[in-house]
Amino acid sequence: MSEPTPGTVAQFPPLAGPPLLGLHEMELNFGPQHPSTHGVLRLVLKVDGERIVSARPDVGYLHRGTEKLFETETFPMVIPHTDRMDYVAASTNNHAYCLVVEKLLGVEVPKRAQYIRVLLDEMQRISSHVLWLATAAIDLGAITPFFYTFRDREVILDLFEEYCGARLTLNCMRIGGLPVDLTPGWLEKVRAFTEPFEKCIDEYEDLLTENRIWKERTVGIAVLDEKRCIEWGVTGPVLRAAGKAWDIRRALPYEVYPELQFDIPVGKNADTYDRYLVRVAEIRQSRRIVLQCLDWLEKNPGTEIRGKVPRVIKPPAGEAYACVEAPKGELGFHLVASGGNKPYRLHVRPPSFINLQALPEMAQGHLVGDLVAVIGTIDIVLGEVDR
Amino acid sequence: MSHTLLHNVLIPFLKGAITVVALGLAAGILTWIERRLLGRLQIRKGPNRVGPQGFFQWIADTVKLVFKEDIVPSRAEKALHLLGPLLLFVPAVVVLGLVPWGPEFTLFGVTTPLHAAADLNVGLLLILAVSTIGVYGIILSGWASNSKYPLLGGLRSAAQLISYEVPMGLAVVSAILMSGSLSMVEIIEAQRKAGVWFVFPGLIAFFLYFVSGVAETNRTPFDLPEAESELVGGFHTEYSGFRWAVFFMSEYGNMISVSAVATTLFFGGWLRPFPNVAWLSFLDVIPAFFWFAGKVFLFLMVYIWFRATFPRYRFDQLMALGWKTLIPISLGNLALVAIAALWGAAGLKVLGAVLVLLVAAGFIAVWMRPARPRSSTTMASPNVEVRA
Repeated sequence: MSEPTPGTVAQFPPLAGPPLLGLHEMELNFGPQHPSTHGVLRLVLKVDGERIVSARPDVGYLHRGTEKLFETETFPMVIPHTDRMDYVAASTNNHAYCLVVEKLLGVEVPKRAQYIRVLLDEMQRISSHVLWLATAAIDLGAITPFFYTFRDREVILDLFEEYCGARLTLNCMRIGGLPVDLTPGWLEKVRAFTEPFEKCIDEYEDLLTENRIWKERTVGIAVLDEKRCIEWGVTGPVLRAAGKAWDIRRALPYEVYPELQFDIPVGKNADTYDRYLVRVAEIRQSRRIVLQCLDWLEKNPGTEIRGKVPRVIKPPAGEAYACVEAPKGELGFHLVASGGNKPYRLHVRPPSFINLQALPEMAQGHLVGDLVAVIGTIDIVLGEVDR
Repeated sequence: MSHTLLHNVLIPFLKGAITVVALGLAAGILTWIERRLLGRLQIRKGPNRVGPQGFFQWIADTVKLVFKEDIVPSRAEKALHLLGPLLLFVPAVVVLGLVPWGPEFTLFGVTTPLHAAADLNVGLLLILAVSTIGVYGIILSGWASNSKYPLLGGLRSAAQLISYEVPMGLAVVSAILMSGSLSMVEIIEAQRKAGVWFVFPGLIAFFLYFVSGVAETNRTPFDLPEAESELVGGFHTEYSGFRWAVFFMSEYGNMISVSAVATTLFFGGWLRPFPNVAWLSFLDVIPAFFWFAGKVFLFLMVYIWFRATFPRYRFDQLMALGWKTLIPISLGNLALVAIAALWGAAGLKVLGAVLVLLVAAGFIAVWMRPARPRSSTTMASPNVEVRA
C-alpha cells in the first residue's frame, strides 16, 4: 500500500454517497497473474476499502499480431491461425473465416457440409458454454460444477478428436467445405452423448439455479441494460440477457440455420444471474440443433463435403464481411482482397474484446468480491481479446 | 517418584505433548480424507498414488512443504510475519486440550482423566477466550506481509471473526443455561443426568454454533479471508514453505477444535446415544474415546460436504447474515432455552421434542414440494422466435 501523500485524494472523483472518514482509494493491481482473470487480463483497480471506484482493463499481454500474420499467409493457411483466437471455440472461428472467403469467391458449400459445419458449431457452443459455467462457478467459490461440466466437455472434445484429430485447435473447416468426411459410426457416438445430455444440464442446474448463495452472488450484479449494450456494441448472451433477442443465426442467417428449429432465450434483468440462465438455456437449444443435424445427416447419407473450389484460392479484388454467432457473441471477419493469394487485410471483430469494453461500467460500485463475477459473466477469452 | 511429581508435572506434560502431536497428525490425515471425499463428491478419484489409497499423500505434502524455500517479503515486518501462523495454530491446540476426550482411565496403575488440561471450572470461558486469539494471527499476518491482497484478507477476517464471535458466544450460553456449569466435564455429566443430548433442546443453538464455527474457521461458504479466486490467497498470499504449512495445519486444527467443542456442548462428548436407556448399554462396547472421536469425525465430514456444495458469500452479505440473521435468532433462542431450563429436565425434553418435530415437518415439506424450476421455465420470456 502506497504511503498516503497529501493531495492524492482530490485526484480521483469523489464516491457517490457519504464520504468515508477521510479514507482514500488504494490502487490494486488485479492480474495478469491473478487466478480468476481467465488468462492474462490485467485490471488496474481503484478501491475504497473493498468498493471498486474504477476498473481499467489493461490488455495486450497475449498479443501475437495475428491480424498482421494473416497478411503473410495464403488463404487456406490462415485457418489454423483463427483457431488460436478464441481457443475454446475454434470451430466458430474457422467457420466465420471460411464464410468470408467463400462470400468473396462465390463458392457454394454443399448442403451436407453445411449441416456438418452447424453440427460442429453447436457442439462447440455447448463445450464453450459449459467451460464458461465451470469457471464462473469456481470464481464464486462453487468448485463442484467444474467437475460435472468437465466430465461432459471431455466427451465433446473426444468426439472432435475423432473427427479432425484435434481437441482444441480444431482446424476443422476448409474454404468451400470441410477437410475430411465423417468417420463411420461417429454420428451414433454424437447421438449417444447428446440424447442423455439433457440430464447433465439438469445436474448443473440442481447445483446452482436455486442455490441461495449463488443467487445472492449473481442477482443484480453487473447490470448492463439493452441500451448500454447496444451503445457498447456488446453482443451474444450478455445482450440477450438484457432482453434483446439478437442472434446472428436468426438475424443474419448463414448456412442451414433457417431450416432448423430453435429458440433464442432472452433474459429480463440484464444481470449476472440472467446471463447464467440464458447460457444454460442456450446449451439446451444447441442440443436441440445437434439432434436435428444428426437426424438430417442420418437421413441423407453422402460423401459430398466440399464445393467447387479452385486449387489456388485467389478471390477477386474487393471486400466482404461475414459473421457468425460465436458462443461469446458476434464474431466477424472483414476481408479486403487485392486479387492475390493472400489477404490484403483481414480484420477481426472479436466479441470478447468488444464485450470487455463494458467491464469498467459493469464493475463500478461493486465490491472486489463481485469483480470476479463481473469478469466471469462477460465470458472473455484473452486469446481473442489480444489476438 | 513422588505422587506430586507424577500428577502435576509428568502426566500433564505427556498429555500436552500427545495433544500437539495428535492434532498435527489428525490435521494431516484430515487433508487426505478431505481430498478423497471431495474427489468422490466431484466424480473424480482424488490422490491415490502415494501408498494404499494415496494415504501417504499428506506425508509427502508435508515433506515437500518443509523443504520448500521459506520466502519472507523483503519489506515485511519480520517478527510479526513469523508470529502470525503461530498465533493461529496455538489456540487450536489449546482448545483441543481443554476439551475432555473421555472419562477417567487407568494405565500402568495410574488413574487420570482423558483430558489434556485440568477440568477447569471456567473451561468454556477459557475456550472462548483462547479461540479469539486466532483472529490476531490472521490480522497480523495480513498486515505484516506488507502487500495489498493479504491486507484485504486480514481486514476481512478481522470483521468476520469478530462478528461471528457474538452468535457463537450466545449459542454457547444456551449450553451453559441447560447444564448450569462452565466446566466441560460437568456439561457432559449434565447431559447424562438430563438423559438427552443438548442438541435436541439446543437445536437452534447447535445450528448457530456450527454455522459460526464454519465462519470462525474460514471454511466454505465463509472462506472470504483466503478467497482464492478473489484475493489470490488472502492473508497467507505472501507465505510459503513451512510457515504456510502451519497456516494449513491450523485451518484443519481449528476445524477439529470447533467440532470437538460442538461435540462436547451438544452431542454429549464421549457419551453414547441415550446414555440413560439401559437396554442400549451394549453400545458401551465401543470405548468412550471412540464415541467422542466418531462424533468429531462426523462434523468434519459435514465441513467437507459444505465445501463441495456451496459458493462463497460476498463480504457484505456475510456481515448481513451474521448481524441481521444469526444474532437475532440466537437472542430469541436464548430466551426460549432459558424458559425451558426453568422447568428443569422435563422442560428441556419438551423443547427438544417440539424442535425435532418442527425440523421433521420442515424436511417433509421440502421433500414434498414441486420439482425445481429449470432455466427454460425461469426465463423471463422463454422461446422467443425471431425468424429472419
